[in-house]
Amino acid sequence: MTQRLLFNRRQFLQTTSATAALGVLGAGSAVAATATIGFIYVGPKDDYGYNQAHAEGAAALKGMAGITVVEEEKVPETVDVLKTMESMINLEGAGLLFPTSFGYFDPFMLQAATKYPKVQFRHCGGLWTDKNPKNAGSYFGYIGTCQYLNGIVAGHMTKSKKLGFVAAKPIPQVLLNINSFLLGARAVDPSITCQVIFTGEWSLAVKEAEATNALLDQGADVVTCHVDSPKVVVQTAAGRGAYVCGYHANQSPLAPQKYLTGAEWNWANVYQMYAKTFLAGETLPNFTRGGLAEGFVKMSPLGPAVTEPARKQFEATLAEMKKGNYAIIKGPLKDNKGAEVVAGGKAYIETAIELESMNYLVEGVIGATS
Amino acid sequence: MSEAASETTFETVGGRRNAGSRAWIARRAEGVVIPLGALLVGMAAFSIFLLAIGKSPIELFDLMWRGGFSSWFSIQNTLSRTAPLLLAGLCVALPARLGLAVIGGEGAIVLGGVATAAVGEALAGSGVPGPIGIVAMALGGMAAGGLWIGAVGALRHYRAVNETISSLLMAYIAIALMNHLVEGPLRDPASLNKPSTQPIEAIYRIGAIPGTDVHWGLAVGVVACILCWVLIEKTSWGFAARVAGGNMRAAQIQGLPVGPLIVGFCAIAGACAGLGGTLEVAAVHGNANASLAAGYGYTGILVAFLARQNPLAIIPVAILLGGIDASGGLIQRRMHLPDATVLVLQGMIFISILFSDTVYGRWKIFNPELWTEKG
Repeated sequence: MTQRLLFNRRQFLQTTSATAALGVLGAGSAVAATATIGFIYVGPKDDYGYNQAHAEGAAALKGMAGITVVEEEKVPETVDVLKTMESMINLEGAGLLFPTSFGYFDPFMLQAATKYPKVQFRHCGGLWTDKNPKNAGSYFGYIGTCQYLNGIVAGHMTKSKKLGFVAAKPIPQVLLNINSFLLGARAVDPSITCQVIFTGEWSLAVKEAEATNALLDQGADVVTCHVDSPKVVVQTAAGRGAYVCGYHANQSPLAPQKYLTGAEWNWANVYQMYAKTFLAGETLPNFTRGGLAEGFVKMSPLGPAVTEPARKQFEATLAEMKKGNYAIIKGPLKDNKGAEVVAGGKAYIETAIELESMNYLVEGVIGATS
Repeated sequence: MSEAASETTFETVGGRRNAGSRAWIARRAEGVVIPLGALLVGMAAFSIFLLAIGKSPIELFDLMWRGGFSSWFSIQNTLSRTAPLLLAGLCVALPARLGLAVIGGEGAIVLGGVATAAVGEALAGSGVPGPIGIVAMALGGMAAGGLWIGAVGALRHYRAVNETISSLLMAYIAIALMNHLVEGPLRDPASLNKPSTQPIEAIYRIGAIPGTDVHWGLAVGVVACILCWVLIEKTSWGFAARVAGGNMRAAQIQGLPVGPLIVGFCAIAGACAGLGGTLEVAAVHGNANASLAAGYGYTGILVAFLARQNPLAIIPVAILLGGIDASGGLIQRRMHLPDATVLVLQGMIFISILFSDTVYGRWKIFNPELWTEKG
């Protein structure tokens, strides 16, 4: 590595990105020819999960002319991430930062955004509101639809009519995924049930393996999950002969025969959009969200085990979803305690604000939120 | 433990027969030269590792210097990461002087943080002045941590439960308890996707030391290290603890209150870690949530052992580790090495320092006793 050359270029970048930022503030006339973009991950970049999905998105920028990508993995959600952001700004001249973990936002990214008004910050998770600094923002994808598609394939492939779900925490995003997975399966066969086990942590390999084994012991023959790294769940389930649906990234290399499909983020698309806008010197949007239609999320290619009827229903539903405004959560819908949660005739499309405070498991899910 | 025991007695005895200033310097020098030498050996071993994977050790140490210590920005970066390590290190070092290997400081930090947030919630809207509120939160954090590790000491003395195992397992219980409280009774309903407690009001937040962006926790940690050093080295309680650490049976026969010593020192150690939790909540996060379990308690083990359980030595060691941590990012970004590289370096230094324990008392130059024996 040629340290001197890089250093000079960085110094150059620092000045250009600063000028560009000023330009945006002024008349938007200045065009940044180059930019340094920083990515921060809470776990390892090769976790076959949440962090890998972002790192793949970052990797898609590395080929773009004028873009320098700097990355740091395994940065805890403490003062460490604040310091990492400052280090990327001060030592690498980063002009646009993507701190990707949910817990980076408050207070760390907000503090950094206030301290460095000329640097742009975009956070994964959709927490930004217009009370927050204007040089900050959020982006997020609607991935519940993908879990619904996972459910359709799982519904066709299960013989025991029992599915399993290893979940981290009973928070709205996770609950929506669990409910979507079961509702997808019930679109195939309304007698299907899904047992859920919460591990309580985003990344806790031992408990994830225990949970997977417990689900299989109780008869589940298709398993999916919502934890940071699905690697353990996929390997444990496939090792015992069960089918798996993936999450976050494509885990098919871990279980080529048993992997059915998976709900994946498509961050490459999102990051390229940001990078192009940033390079052109235009103002970045503060708040961006999208689903299958907008290319924010995608499905893993169907695995070799998937049967023809499963493929047909999967593809038909996927095509329908890509048109947009597809509603998974629609009435009449009861929770698993028998109370009606959505009245008949009511339907929530993926953008509905009501889904963001989901606190129930639908009928057919075996498990409790607390 | 017998190694440490003989050494402790040796120091006390050595202090009495003062054989002139040269001997005084020689004895003090041993405690500085050997750890520094071990540090260099660890770095040398790490350099060989780097060469083996085709990376330049010179570039790495240069980046480490620049990332951790070379500029005001880097120094502040280092000191911000140092602050929690000071108190976490004390949680291991104090019981170690009694011969106890308490490695579950993480639990005390986490519960200290939760207790702080609970006190903070009780203070909300009460009109209590800021400084008094902060002291109340700190007392809450210290009480929670002190009870937790104090219980480890009590289990050890009264029920003969191995303190290493119990403290580690209790750390898991503490984290589970925190998750329960943060996701249940203490949850701020507005924290949808990241369960957290109610944010602490601005007047009860701990700010930065003027002229820096390092919070006051650094100063608190340094003061705590000095106080603990005074406690161990300059008080009769500390002397009794060191005797008990040297030989528990002998201390009992001498009539020293071994039980209260063990429980007391463990409780003080836990209070230090609990105070660390207070600082994380009141100075960094602003509320308690799962991010409190960031592993400081476990890094504290490394800090205490590198400092050879000396509270004063914890200060430079914590700064060194803070600096290594601060430069870790730069190493990842510039040299494209994985984060685990820094762990390999820490591990090599750790083993090297532990190994160096065996060379104390072996070299004539540091041991005036050997001079007289020969002469």
